[in-house]
Amino acid sequence: MTGKDARATLAEICVAACADAWRGDGAILASPMGIIPTLGARLAQLTFEPDLLLTDGEATLVGPPADGESAEQVAEGWLPFREVFTMLAAGKRHVMMGAAQLDQFGNQNISCIGDWARPKAQLLGVRGAPGNTVNHPVSYWVPAHSRRVFVDRVDMASGVGYDRASGLSGRTARFHELRCVVTNLGVLDFAGADHCMRLRSVHPGVSVSDVAEATGFLLAAPYQVPTTRLPTAAELALIREQLDIGARRDQELG
Amino acid sequence: MTAADVIGELRSGMTIGIGGWGSRRKPMALVRALAASNLTDLTVVSYGGPDVGLLVAAGKVRRVVTGFVSLDSIPLEPHFRLARQRGSIALTELDEGMLHWGLLAAAHRLPFLPMRAGLGSDVLRVNPELRTVRSPYADGEEFVAVPARPLDAALIHMNRADARGNGQYLGPDPYFDNLYCLAAERAYMSCERIVPTADLLAAGPPQSLLINRAMVAGVVETPNGAHFTSCVPDYGRDEEFQALYARSAASPAAWAAFAAEFLDGEEKDYQEAVARFAAERADPGRAVGQAPA
Repeated sequence: MTGKDARATLAEICVAACADAWRGDGAILASPMGIIPTLGARLAQLTFEPDLLLTDGEATLVGPPADGESAEQVAEGWLPFREVFTMLAAGKRHVMMGAAQLDQFGNQNISCIGDWARPKAQLLGVRGAPGNTVNHPVSYWVPAHSRRVFVDRVDMASGVGYDRASGLSGRTARFHELRCVVTNLGVLDFAGADHCMRLRSVHPGVSVSDVAEATGFLLAAPYQVPTTRLPTAAELALIREQLDIGARRDQELG
Repeated sequence: MTAADVIGELRSGMTIGIGGWGSRRKPMALVRALAASNLTDLTVVSYGGPDVGLLVAAGKVRRVVTGFVSLDSIPLEPHFRLARQRGSIALTELDEGMLHWGLLAAAHRLPFLPMRAGLGSDVLRVNPELRTVRSPYADGEEFVAVPARPLDAALIHMNRADARGNGQYLGPDPYFDNLYCLAAERAYMSCERIVPTADLLAAGPPQSLLINRAMVAGVVETPNGAHFTSCVPDYGRDEEFQALYARSAASPAAWAAFAAEFLDGEEKDYQEAVARFAAERADPGRAVGQAPA
């Protein structure tokens, strides 16, 4: 590769950041929603998290052959939607969903914008977000970090945030865990006071004030915000030469 | 049975469950017949796709019970979207898993099943009829008591069936079609092809025989009957036609033109119009079927 080619693009940095969301998860189902999270999950499975389970988007579990000879995916199991629900309830899953709105405690909305009774914009519906968030780890992917997404208050809480989870009785929220939020500007987590959202890292070339400017609530941040790690040369080669030869990763950032 | 026979057994105001998922293996021939009928005021229970959109656009629906309505490759169902934004339909919005649990409870003839999903979310706010229940055991944990979702009728589509009501899916996922049948007073199964019972196992293993004849009241042969949703391995989703369908939500005139070209006749006319559409696409002189905005 030439020097120019060796530099990671923003999309590639986001792929590696998404992959890192599943670091340490072991043999659980990774459910990525979107192109970049999907590439991230596959990258994690091919490198530092080989035990991760992935589906083909339908009902087949797929992974690289155990001999490590190629990245060509092979079927290793069957997981129709009804069994995804069972894995979900068993806690053996970590999903990375999208978010039309996200607030400082991680309440997420993919249902509709405006008044639920007669929305200004009907979106997908709550999908599995209510169940996902109270059963197993959940992360979010936001390809366009803006005040439209990072809002003071979500119009409809599809996914449950930390403030709502802490209001649940007894041990109800013991499986609730929001891991991280990867955006086109940086990586956030919920390590602020009372699990409020915190800026964990900014992508190269992005400043802390860029992120603060694009966020509709006060964001916690350490005194020195680190820069998001770059993909390794081996990771870049996998992304470019095996996982995403057609460069679909660039479409999602617009 | 014919599709018309099935529609003849349905009544306005009924709660009708529709199998499949999103824009996958939907009983679209039966849905088209329902859209063309004089039935109205329906409650539709579905992992929603163009089944919901088509019935909403045809003015058949009072309430939708769902966790999402999507065309998969086109994330938002435009007719459902319009109806919600106009306030012209009621919605029972549930977590996807809650819908599964409601069908399972109905199939088991239980009033509810406990579930963690929904707690802490606005699903409980927008469905004030939902109740919670406390475990009677030492844990004392609180759950959503997901109410049974009994159906007056269910409509499903299979790849193969015999004339007696044994049904077979040959694609990757059974979805929840057997639960829709068991949750329903009467279930109707359309299929790509009716075959002799003895031929069913030639197409797939015993576990592909998802539907047995105790579950269904009638079988209808509707070749290409899931079109334009996917019905693999018989055929995939017709993406270009789906894009055309999605564009028909752009205006009342666009919908009227789509309905006149594809929906106003019988199923045979629909299939002929679809074949014409496909032939025009194959002709490089005609530019049709671009992706929606």
